[in-house]
This record gives sequence, C-alpha cells and structure tokens, in this order.
Amino acid sequence: MIDALLGRKLGMTRIFEPDGRVIPVTVIEAGPCPVVQVRTDVPASTGEGVKRSVQLGFGALKPKRATKAQVGHAKRAGLEVVPAVLREFPLSGEGDALPKPGDMVTVAIFQPGDRVKITGTTKGRGFQGVVKRHGFGGGPATHGNTRHRKPGSIGPGTDPSRVIKGKRLPGHMGAARHTEVGLRVVRVDTERNLLFVRGAVPGPMKGIVAIRRQGARSRYA
Amino acid sequence: MTGAVVMEKLKEIQREGLRQDLPDFRPGDTIRVVVRVKEGDKERLQAFEGVCIARRGSGISETFTVRKVSAGVGVERIFPLHSPTIAEIELVRRGRVRRAKLYYLRRLAGKAARIRERRELAGDETPDA
Repeated sequence: MIDALLGRKLGMTRIFEPDGRVIPVTVIEAGPCPVVQVRTDVPASTGEGVKRSVQLGFGALKPKRATKAQVGHAKRAGLEVVPAVLREFPLSGEGDALPKPGDMVTVAIFQPGDRVKITGTTKGRGFQGVVKRHGFGGGPATHGNTRHRKPGSIGPGTDPSRVIKGKRLPGHMGAARHTEVGLRVVRVDTERNLLFVRGAVPGPMKGIVAIRRQGARSRYA
Repeated sequence: MTGAVVMEKLKEIQREGLRQDLPDFRPGDTIRVVVRVKEGDKERLQAFEGVCIARRGSGISETFTVRKVSAGVGVERIFPLHSPTIAEIELVRRGRVRRAKLYYLRRLAGKAARIRERRELAGDETPDA
C-alpha cells in the first residue's frame, strides 16, 4: 500500500468547530501524485529480503526546463508532463499487489482522524545565537549585566585545552530537513486535493512537503 | 507556482469559513451580540449589548471587542467575528467616532463616554466619517 504523498504547503488558517472551538490547521495541496517507478530491490548490505518502494512525482516542470533524461524517465511511466519533484517511499503490506507506474495517488488515501508525519525544509533563519538556536536561557537583562544573550562558559580550561565536540554554539539555523511527527488530519478535500492538518508544518508557504502515515501520538493530541 | 498564487488559494479556502449573515458594524456602534451558551447538555442564548470599541485581524481570524458598563463595572468581551457561537448581531445604534480603537472610553464614564450618533444620507450606504 502507498502510505505517502507529496504536496505543497499553502499556509495556515483556522477551522471553527460547531461549539466554537478553534482548530489551527495547515492547508496542504497534496497530489495527485503519479507513480513514476516501482522498485523491488534486494539490499546490497544484507543481501536478504526485498525492499519494495515507489517513486512518486508531484507538480509539473515546464517542458523547456526538463532534461531529456527526465522526459524519458517520465515517459516510461506513461506520463506526459515531467514531475517537478520525485521522491521515493517504502511500500507497506508484504503480500499486496505492486502498484503500476502511471497509477495516481490522491489525498483519498487519508481520512480525517489519521495520524501523519510531515517532512519538509524549514525556513532559513541565517546565523543565529545560542538563545534562539538552542534555547539557552541567556543572562539577566539588567543590574550591570553584560552577558545578555551569550552562551557563557563553553568548557573546562587548561585540561583538556579544547572544546568538547558537539558543543552547542551559535551558527546557521533552519533551511534543514525536518519531520514533524504525530499531526492529525482534520479534513480531506478530494475534489481540490487539499489536506487540512492540525498544527504547524515545516517550511514556508509554497514549500514542498512529504506526508506519510504513522501511528504515534501527537504533540498536539 | 509563485507565492502570490499560493496566497490566493489560501485566501479562497479561508473565505469559505466566513459568515455573510452578520451586519456591517464599526467601532463606535452599539451592538447586541446574541451568543450561544452551552450549559451541560442544554443550549441557550445570551445577549451582550455594548459599544464595539475595536475590530482587529482580518479574514477568518477577525475579532471585535464589545464594552458595556454593568452595575458600575466596565465589562469587555472579545468575540471571534466568524465563530458559530454568535447566533446574531443586532446593530442598535450607529456612532460617529474619529478613531478605530476606542480604548480611551475605558478611562471615561457617564456623560464623557457618550458617542455622537452617526447619520447617513438616505440611500447612501457608504460611510461618512
């Protein structure tokens, strides 16, 4: 079974429950995703078992921007347009029949109430200090204090005369792959290929995200 | 797809949740908000009448603040404009005011807190202030 979908984050809004409660939701325009390739590989590392996966496509590349290799790859799946994004996902269900290239995956694979995990690229935040980047407490703001947002001591002195590896320091933040786990599907609009998910999703509006089914509990419950 | 297209799509989705059945009102207007209140398993209606002193936000997130003086105590309630808990809004009296946020009413009482009535030309729906 295919348990994944590619989509584009449209942004956040709110949904009112009949009793007046507000649900913060992220709207994702997801699919329809064509199956571009079906793979049954024997992992080289162990040489045992079969890894079954599908490559899904999403969006469309302008014809003049597509390379001939990309056009050929899409053609083999029987597609006329070249997908802008290609991602591979594992298939669940051992004995299930394999999907065929050219099959379409839509938001209909999800139901309201399903738990999903969403992977995307977070917004870039540039070079950030330790307070924003790692949640350090910082120092007092007043009373003659000058260590406002500095990290403080970063380790012992003469011995070992170096900073321990992995020490959390200022640096580049964001623009990294992140998976938000345990989000709940609130509404599915199969006509417009929309998925309404409770809570925030990594990345900017118009960012590409991958939605996968999961069973774990949500941070937002 | 550009950001502007994405914005437009999102706005369209938000528009579906908007309520069209509420009257136009502005800060300075006196309004009567009929609220659905749930008590146990029973639902009843409760009215809150006062001056709208602010509207903030836009689209589905818009809220408005209503202030009334109840038994000598100022009471303010903030309602989400598009919430289904609002059964009805009745425009009681239109007021002529010169700012969008009437927070100055909080330090005024009695005669000083009066608001002049706004009169509009017959058949003209456009605001005059």
